[in-house]
Amino acid sequence: MKFVDEYRDAELGQVLAGEILAELDPGRHYKLMEICGGHTHSIYKYGIDDLLPANVELVHGPGCPVCVIPMGRVDDGIAVAHNDGVIFTCFGDMLRVPGSEYTLLDAKAQGADVRMVYSPLDALRIARENPEREVVFFAIGFETTAPSTALTLKRAKAEGITNFSCVCNHVTIVPPMRALLESPDLRLDGFIGPGHVCTVVGARPFQFIPADYGRPVVISGFEPLDILQSILMILRQLRAGRCEVENQYPRVVPQEGNLRALEVMAEVFELRPHFEWRGLGFISQSALRLSEAYREFDAEERFEVPGVRVADPKACQCGEVLKGVIKPWECKVFGTACTPEHAIGTCMVSPEGACAAYYNFGRFAREREAV
Amino acid sequence: MSKAGPVATGREQRVLEIIETARSKRARFRDKQITLAHGAGGKATQTLIEGLLVPAFASDGTGALPALADAGAIEVGATRLAMTSDSFVVKPLRFPGGSIGELAVNGTVNDLAMAGARPLALTVSMILEEGLDSDVLRAEVQAIAAAAATAGVEIVGGDTKVVERGAADGMYLCTTGVGEVDPRAQLATDGIRPGDQILVSGPIGEHGTAIMLARNQFDLDASIESDTCSLWPAADALLEEAGAGLHCMRDATRGGVASVLNELARASGVAFVVREADVPVSPIVAAAAELLGIDPMYVANEGRLVAFVAPEAADAALGALRQVSGCERAAAIGEVRREPPGMVLVHTAFGGRRVMDQLVGDPLPRIC
Repeated sequence: MKFVDEYRDAELGQVLAGEILAELDPGRHYKLMEICGGHTHSIYKYGIDDLLPANVELVHGPGCPVCVIPMGRVDDGIAVAHNDGVIFTCFGDMLRVPGSEYTLLDAKAQGADVRMVYSPLDALRIARENPEREVVFFAIGFETTAPSTALTLKRAKAEGITNFSCVCNHVTIVPPMRALLESPDLRLDGFIGPGHVCTVVGARPFQFIPADYGRPVVISGFEPLDILQSILMILRQLRAGRCEVENQYPRVVPQEGNLRALEVMAEVFELRPHFEWRGLGFISQSALRLSEAYREFDAEERFEVPGVRVADPKACQCGEVLKGVIKPWECKVFGTACTPEHAIGTCMVSPEGACAAYYNFGRFAREREAV
Repeated sequence: MSKAGPVATGREQRVLEIIETARSKRARFRDKQITLAHGAGGKATQTLIEGLLVPAFASDGTGALPALADAGAIEVGATRLAMTSDSFVVKPLRFPGGSIGELAVNGTVNDLAMAGARPLALTVSMILEEGLDSDVLRAEVQAIAAAAATAGVEIVGGDTKVVERGAADGMYLCTTGVGEVDPRAQLATDGIRPGDQILVSGPIGEHGTAIMLARNQFDLDASIESDTCSLWPAADALLEEAGAGLHCMRDATRGGVASVLNELARASGVAFVVREADVPVSPIVAAAAELLGIDPMYVANEGRLVAFVAPEAADAALGALRQVSGCERAAAIGEVRREPPGMVLVHTAFGGRRVMDQLVGDPLPRIC
């Protein structure tokens, strides 16, 4: 595939791996966090971890939009889906995220009309085609997907579509990052910045990481060469004693972000006073809800939702895993109460979460020297 | 994947052992209800089969079937017969490259062929929805007859039921097939040995991609056709060339090549190492998969087999396979190793290594 394969060139990958090795202080252990779940996926898919020296460790950050949705919000979605006449739409990977009792896939098996869509515009199309049904979109994601939800709502309003509404779970990336960085026991040396989020918000919102917390950030693309190059750029900053936000992904990320997208978001959304994150607890001003002008499209207003907070089990230590303070296997519930089949915390929900990856592949990681 | 040091500490070792014990236990079926995941060919399907079906149906009462094969063998006098049954519930009924009638013949024929049996005869049961257009039925009956003629099997019986409108999606088909186990065949699900080469009979993911696009959910136009075909000619060629060196064959249907490999790695207690760059994927399937966020390794095929061949017979077997019509792009995609047992590893085209795990249910696209 043109313009894709160029960024997956194995030979160039080896060259970058060699440069990374040359940049390292062999006596030092480096812990770098990739903030975005999309990066975690690429790292896993291409086996990038395997190309890194043993003293460079990647820690998976809080940027998987599906995994951070708390059980109570999933329960709210399921309750809406069970209403008579509702067509409930959401992105594919949301379907298997556990609520307190069960998942949206289970709700579908019980008779709820749950449909997977690729875009909120698809949900709006379903609303247009089914004027006698209420169509609800379960909106999730960071600043990457929020503009598309906002545009969809603007269009719904312009077209006067009244049978469409939205359960808004959009979240913002900076508050959870700040919460992680505030932790006194944080053990991270640098950050691979979320390229897609930055396409919308630009690079500026991440300046606080080097400025206030003294850690370098490199905004990165999602192809394997992008990620290796970003790691190299972070290591170069560390070695040179620099600490700044660098942009490895200028082919997509403009310094100031996408002003039109930000405008639309500002019109359609407002900040929630606080929002609960699976594994991280309540974080103030970390999520979006529909603004006064769009309140009529808020499914939480239109339908009765339980709105009950379902506490993460006390023993769950996702926060510590995310901060790199403990390894997955050091968590008290890891592998016993919390398994991929019955996940408790965010790190076990997604197959690429740190705990799920360790559960499935830890033994392989041990044995791979022998393979 | 977290990077681990060379030596496990005591506690980490204990945790790994707990996981290992939990995984090696036979799956227990504890789900409260059936979801679509149970039909997707991944972990949920495996739990259903190992946890509910096998314990109930095992003939010796111990709950241990010799192997979870798609076809079973029975001795009748001096003849070894293979028998299998399969159901077909595809939507839409017709799609580029095939239809439900053609699938119903080829699916069962292929289960027999993978057991090393020359397909002989089929029965066909139809469950029809009230209101089904007769022309639709007529077309499928013709498709069944044509596919049976191509595969060289006779349709020797069947059944017809009609259910109320809404109780079925147009039509469902069930076929049962009987074949004669070929004397050249020495196949076993657990017969795979370290050193064996892994072959696939052609480009993967075409059937599943064609179906996804035919559902018109994506506004994508691409000329991808289902790969549905009888795999007996391919099986016949492999048996002829490799004989006892052919250790196992499986058609990579639902769950795709990845799911079949995982199932067989577990059954044989060996590891597979797949070279991603050598796996044939047509550019158009690769592009569709890229757009849809799906890995072709997990996408269904209806006319592709995976074969495990002893190293000394592998080159000749691959050569023979490529002579078969439709298998011109067959390839050797990896090999069997001893460690770590039950796992499928991939050397990615980018040069890294990772585990290719079994999915729980259908592949779901990611939002980012």
